[in-house]
Amino acid sequence: MISLTYVLALSGILFAIAVAGVFLNRKNIIVLLMCIELMLLAVNFNFVAFSRFRGDIAGQIFVFFILTVAAAEAAIGLAILVVLFRERSSIEVEDLDTLQG
Amino acid sequence: MFPTILFFIFATVLVGAALGVILSRNPVYSALLLVLCFFNSAVIWVLLDAEFLGIVLVLVYVGAVMVLFLFVVMMLDINLEQLRKDFVGYWPLTVAVAGFVVFAMINVIVVKHLGGAALKTAPAIAADYSNTRDLGVQLFTRYAYPAQVAAVILLVASVAAIVLTLRQRKGGKPQDIAKQVAVRAKDRVRIVKMASEKRP
Repeated sequence: MISLTYVLALSGILFAIAVAGVFLNRKNIIVLLMCIELMLLAVNFNFVAFSRFRGDIAGQIFVFFILTVAAAEAAIGLAILVVLFRERSSIEVEDLDTLQG
Repeated sequence: MFPTILFFIFATVLVGAALGVILSRNPVYSALLLVLCFFNSAVIWVLLDAEFLGIVLVLVYVGAVMVLFLFVVMMLDINLEQLRKDFVGYWPLTVAVAGFVVFAMINVIVVKHLGGAALKTAPAIAADYSNTRDLGVQLFTRYAYPAQVAAVILLVASVAAIVLTLRQRKGGKPQDIAKQVAVRAKDRVRIVKMASEKRP
């Protein structure tokens, strides 16, 4: 059986890679969304591993709901992206300054 | 022992693919490498005895979400030259933050040992145990209300995605259902009374 430590370490490395991706690809919103998906995947790894090692199915139910919300988020995010590209012909984060934030 | 070797093989490919996602210059390559990430994760979840979630990850993520990503990447005409500019601008900060995250997590996991021996070994699974059945029973009894909420979230998301991207064409001739229903015969048919004419 796989040790819990290995899975948690893998999840930590995956999350760190995703955070690094957010820093590196700050111009490209599509890759930013992909990095968010990677982060959610890393979190799901933790849930699955603890669910297995504690013998409690609730963790896997939670992963199910996270997958649902992540799919909804990706759909709406990409829809906003398409509308944005139609308006601006650009998906650079720096061009999104309409609200002067 | 064999599952551990498999785990290390797939974990290596997973980390390599994840690095490819964030370092690749072309968003199409990023999306395809992310597909590879999801496949490897599904395998590792199956190794962790979460068969249903592994299959759902492949079906939902690879089959739906990543196809959506690829469609959007290919539909948008992205200026790659513009995106490549100062790609590596913040790399010292990036390495520092990522290194700190890994350091903190490994510290917590390895040094503190997660509450001693309680989680060292996984509980044994009966030979006739079905992960899918167990998940289904729990989802539709104890977690029935959250499942309904998740369904509503999906409905709202799909409606919102359509409404956001819907575009009214100029010069289109859409139907007005109310007008069609309200119309009466006398609006459309005109009966003209006239004297009959003689045959010449």
